[in-house]
Amino acid sequence: MKFQGSEQYVATQDLMLAVNAAITLRRPLLVKGEPGTGKTMLAEEVASALGLPLLQWHIKSTTKAQQGLYEYDAVSRLRDSQLGDEKVRDIQNYIVRGVLWQAFTAEQPVALLIDEIDKADIEFPNDLLRELDRMEFHVYETRELVRARHRPLVFITSNNEKELPDAFLRRCFFHYIKFPDADTMRAIVDVHFPGLRKELLAAALKTFYDVRNLPGLKKKPSTSELLDWLKLLVAEEIPVEALQTRDEKVSVPPLVGALLKNEQDVTLFEKLVFMQRNHR
Amino acid sequence: MLIDFFYTLRSARLPVSVKEYLTLLEALRAGVLDDDGGPSVDKFYYLARTALVKDETHFDRFDRAFAAYFKGVEMAADFTRDLPLEWLRKTLELELSPEEKAAIEKMGWDELMETLKKRFEEQKERHEGGSRMIGTGGTSPFGAWGYNPQGIRIGQDKGRNRSAVKVWDQRAFKDYDDTKELGTRNIKVALRRLRRFAREGADEELDLDDTIHSTAANAGMLDIKMVPERHNRVKVLLLMDVGGTMDEHVHRVEELFSATKSEFKHLEFYYFHNCVYDFMWKDNRRRFSEKFPTWDIIRKYNKDYKLVFVGDATMSPYEILQPGGSVEYNNEEPGAQWLQRLTQAFPKYAWINPEPQGVWQYRQSIAIVQQLMSQRMFPLTLSGLEGAMRLLSK
Repeated sequence: MKFQGSEQYVATQDLMLAVNAAITLRRPLLVKGEPGTGKTMLAEEVASALGLPLLQWHIKSTTKAQQGLYEYDAVSRLRDSQLGDEKVRDIQNYIVRGVLWQAFTAEQPVALLIDEIDKADIEFPNDLLRELDRMEFHVYETRELVRARHRPLVFITSNNEKELPDAFLRRCFFHYIKFPDADTMRAIVDVHFPGLRKELLAAALKTFYDVRNLPGLKKKPSTSELLDWLKLLVAEEIPVEALQTRDEKVSVPPLVGALLKNEQDVTLFEKLVFMQRNHR
Repeated sequence: MLIDFFYTLRSARLPVSVKEYLTLLEALRAGVLDDDGGPSVDKFYYLARTALVKDETHFDRFDRAFAAYFKGVEMAADFTRDLPLEWLRKTLELELSPEEKAAIEKMGWDELMETLKKRFEEQKERHEGGSRMIGTGGTSPFGAWGYNPQGIRIGQDKGRNRSAVKVWDQRAFKDYDDTKELGTRNIKVALRRLRRFAREGADEELDLDDTIHSTAANAGMLDIKMVPERHNRVKVLLLMDVGGTMDEHVHRVEELFSATKSEFKHLEFYYFHNCVYDFMWKDNRRRFSEKFPTWDIIRKYNKDYKLVFVGDATMSPYEILQPGGSVEYNNEEPGAQWLQRLTQAFPKYAWINPEPQGVWQYRQSIAIVQQLMSQRMFPLTLSGLEGAMRLLSK
């Protein structure tokens, strides 16, 4: 199995190598990068390119590692016992399987996405060390050992909100998705908008990188925001001329709200444009 | 052969473990590099990086170590030492005459800095061997202007009697690294005293007492009662002194900062230099462009924030008592007034001082700050921290 990028996803060489190393050795791949650079997309695309079903586990601040393995629903067992339900004699009926269990016991190899692992408690990754390393865990209630039939292909994404423990990092391959340079970006846009006019794309990209390079922005627009913005530009049929300015000054591009998501950033941007106009 | 590579990385202070090294070997044996036209150095570079380096902030260090190894050069330069570029530039600007500056402008600052940096690394190595210095070769761009790192005092900007009245060179202060985990455990335990738990948010936990009570009331049929989980509700406003005399305490303050950052959910921090005046900043690299007015900070946070200063309070007394006493700019109001405003706005406050308690009495400025803080100054030791936390949680 090799991943070569896909029709919807432009992968750079270093990314492909990292993914292939993870596929070959069946080790988890930890993906970091600015928001909107396609970390979650990567898992989806690799899974569909390799024809693997994708199981997703989205982490929240309240997620516990145990929930990924299994949960013992003691409360409903207690209720059933009061109602005299026959089910109650078998504890198996009250073990709720988590995503990792499903991934380990699947008939065929699967891909597993653990999304935004940094959202969880600081101890969360430590609780999954053995599970991700040996791909097995022990069910205390039924005294059984769940072991992976096929080691799943694990993708873990992080937005760097918390440091991950060293012991956890040692067990993963690591890839940092850089913000794409202009050429890669053109390829990415091509994939999403095949018929886009060259001039419009060039003008839009120039504006986009101009906005991105403004100092002091709180949230820099990312790839996904560029794609949204292009979609809007195409839908509203904005002419190319609206994006181009005769001189080299920055102007407020149409539909700038798709790029800047923060009113402070918008004000800052407008102020800068205004200042530049006055300097003419 | 790759053993040497591994040790090259280790000597570049990359935290590479044996396990990761074995993973790399395993990947090589499994033939990860074999397709698409066979192995190449580029591919090996990517593979080694993805297997060995787990933090993008280490990529730069890895690149340099990789280059050093594959050029077959033994790594002599010290990778752990990073020259603050901005500061070098500032220092140079001060040392040069206008004509010289114009000459440099022609050459381009960046290029010059890069060359200087390279020379500096080279020179460190040669200097230990005891031969030549920057600027004596006659052909280097630096020789033409006739100065050398000693002449411009790289790394010697600290005043010896620790009371410099004007610090002219505006150093690029390094942000305190809050990723340090070593040795922070004890500090965390001390900080735990400052916990205030409160139940807030969605019902997630079984409330056993209430469940039993209402089940009994329900004639034995179960009636589940849930409560929200407990969270630490303490809010901390941390103001930290950076630069100058604080340089020698950086290590311990980093540890403290690292521990506080993970301990408190509501932690706000700002930096100041020596004494608080009418603005502070959050990012030391952009400290002159992104200022936060102290008034705004006072208004922004509630009274229930606990105010913690971290600083050595070692400066000339002018810096606290006189308008215009700041070493960096002309402040309209004396620092003492700002300190008073802050302590009035936040009734729970403490000052943590990394200087050993024994020397406090010999420093006039510490006595003044002590007084302004109504004696709530604690040394940066475990017992000192515990004392401060006990006071703040009262």
